[in-house]
Amino acid sequence: MADTTKLLQQLSDHFREGLHKIEHLQQTLEETAIANVASGVSPATMGLIVFVLSVFIGYYVVWKVTPALHSPLMSVTNAISSVIVVGAIVAVISSANSASTLFGLAGVFLASINIFGGFVITQRMLAMFNKKK
Amino acid sequence: METKILLYLVAGVLFILSLAGLSSAKTAVRGNRYGILGMLIAVVTTLAFSMHSWQSALLIYGTIAAGAIIGTAIAKRIDMTALPQLMAGFHSLVGLAAVCVAFAAFYSPTAFGIGTPGHINKFSLLEMSLGAFIGAMTFTGSFIAFMKLQGLMSAKPIRFAGQHLFNGALGVAIAVMTILFTFIQTGDVLTIITLCAAILGVLLILPIGGADMPVVVSMLNSYSGWAAAGIGFTLQNMLLIITGALVGASGAILSYIMCKAMNRSFFNVILGGLGEDEATNADGATEERAVKAGSAEDAAFLMEQAGSVIIVPGYGMAVAQAQHIIRELVDILKSKDVKVKFAIHPVAGRMPGHMNVLLAEANIPYEDVFELEDINSDFSSTDVALVIGANDVTNPAARTDTASPIYGMPILDVDKAKTILFVKRSMGVGYAGIQNELFFNPKTMMLFGDAKKVSEEIVKAFEMM
Repeated sequence: MADTTKLLQQLSDHFREGLHKIEHLQQTLEETAIANVASGVSPATMGLIVFVLSVFIGYYVVWKVTPALHSPLMSVTNAISSVIVVGAIVAVISSANSASTLFGLAGVFLASINIFGGFVITQRMLAMFNKKK
Repeated sequence: METKILLYLVAGVLFILSLAGLSSAKTAVRGNRYGILGMLIAVVTTLAFSMHSWQSALLIYGTIAAGAIIGTAIAKRIDMTALPQLMAGFHSLVGLAAVCVAFAAFYSPTAFGIGTPGHINKFSLLEMSLGAFIGAMTFTGSFIAFMKLQGLMSAKPIRFAGQHLFNGALGVAIAVMTILFTFIQTGDVLTIITLCAAILGVLLILPIGGADMPVVVSMLNSYSGWAAAGIGFTLQNMLLIITGALVGASGAILSYIMCKAMNRSFFNVILGGLGEDEATNADGATEERAVKAGSAEDAAFLMEQAGSVIIVPGYGMAVAQAQHIIRELVDILKSKDVKVKFAIHPVAGRMPGHMNVLLAEANIPYEDVFELEDINSDFSSTDVALVIGANDVTNPAARTDTASPIYGMPILDVDKAKTILFVKRSMGVGYAGIQNELFFNPKTMMLFGDAKKVSEEIVKAFEMM
């Protein structure tokens, strides 16, 4: 727990001024999530709360992205949406039957291509923007 | 369990930071590292907090390694010109992965704690079919977009009679099947839903033309996010929900920006907006009009005399891979004390920001590249506007001709420059199928030919001087 908080703190140092609002939202999100577990709200409702707040965070963050970097934005979102790999891994690990293991493996494979491809291409693009002149 | 969720939250925050970093090129590199770190935390946490045999661990590492090799190889080798199709291809993979996870969850619900086979709770089933539906649609839709962008399929809109009606019927069928699925939970129903969604994905992208691709690619980007969020709901995984929502919102904003830059509504694009009829109307009347064609030498002379030049690149530059030779041209002009700037229209190219990447690739300084609203007022005080492979985004009809299909679209005011040089392959019309009045403007000189060839000739002409 202590480590987690420390890491969070360290990261937020890099936050630019305009993004403080977002940090705030994220905090609210966390608190809401914890409060709701305690009050016994169904996981679906909690998911919905997290979802709606995240859409707002996404909205504010993405409007701040400079238009010149819209292509890297697309490739990095593509990479992070492949976090779906988490679901696929669980399917492989705890699958009771072979059909589900196979689907899980396929998911891990496809998402991995995307994760690595997405981050590498983003890195390549950003390197071009930051080349020494 | 608590620690796992908190670690997922850390990953989620890192993902947010990775997007936030993109507010400037300097912070973006760090942002990308946050993204990678977030993904690492997500994967390691998932593996660390679940009981598993070494066999399955080995299987997972092996599969990730295989994907990593393929993904990295593709991303390292791909030509920046081919970026739009790469993105479409990647989006299709996310879609397919979502479908895979939805099916895995269906066959093994206990693994995700959403019930036992045959007794999955109704809500999870609903979310599952939603995830499979969006995933399948993203998969096939992106695949068609990829085929069109890669030139494996005609970029022209493909339509058939009653298409909207058929799509509507498919949508209704999917809705009915989804409800049915919550009552009789069999794999067959889920398969039918997935297949219907796959067909719908194909039919949605087929009628959309090549130049509307910036919207399509953004939209599919958005879908891939919603698909991930849908799966997140199914698996009750907060990280997936957070990330899916972020990506979905991002793609939606990009789609909005692209639509606005074309002065069209989202539905207008999706329903296959610009018709072919308009194209035939427009050509007929204007074919015979005279244009002034010039040589590379004329162009070099004009630019040498100029105090300032604004270059307007478009898809034609990307296709011809002319960015590197244009950089040489810029260097020559700068050595002759000519001020050079670049003006980028939001929908130039086939995906948002594509021109910026290509110019950056050619080492053209970031500071010389301007967005539409930042440079438009400069044209009136500019000697030469050099348009390379762009067309509709410079068409003054968007300002004046209320009957024009692009009326109201924000354009680059190149017509206000003292002289306009237009590099174009032929007199053909742009994607909107309408003639550009600018070609017949007495201030305009047409330079016919491939963007790269013409640029090379201009550079040569400079060297001869």
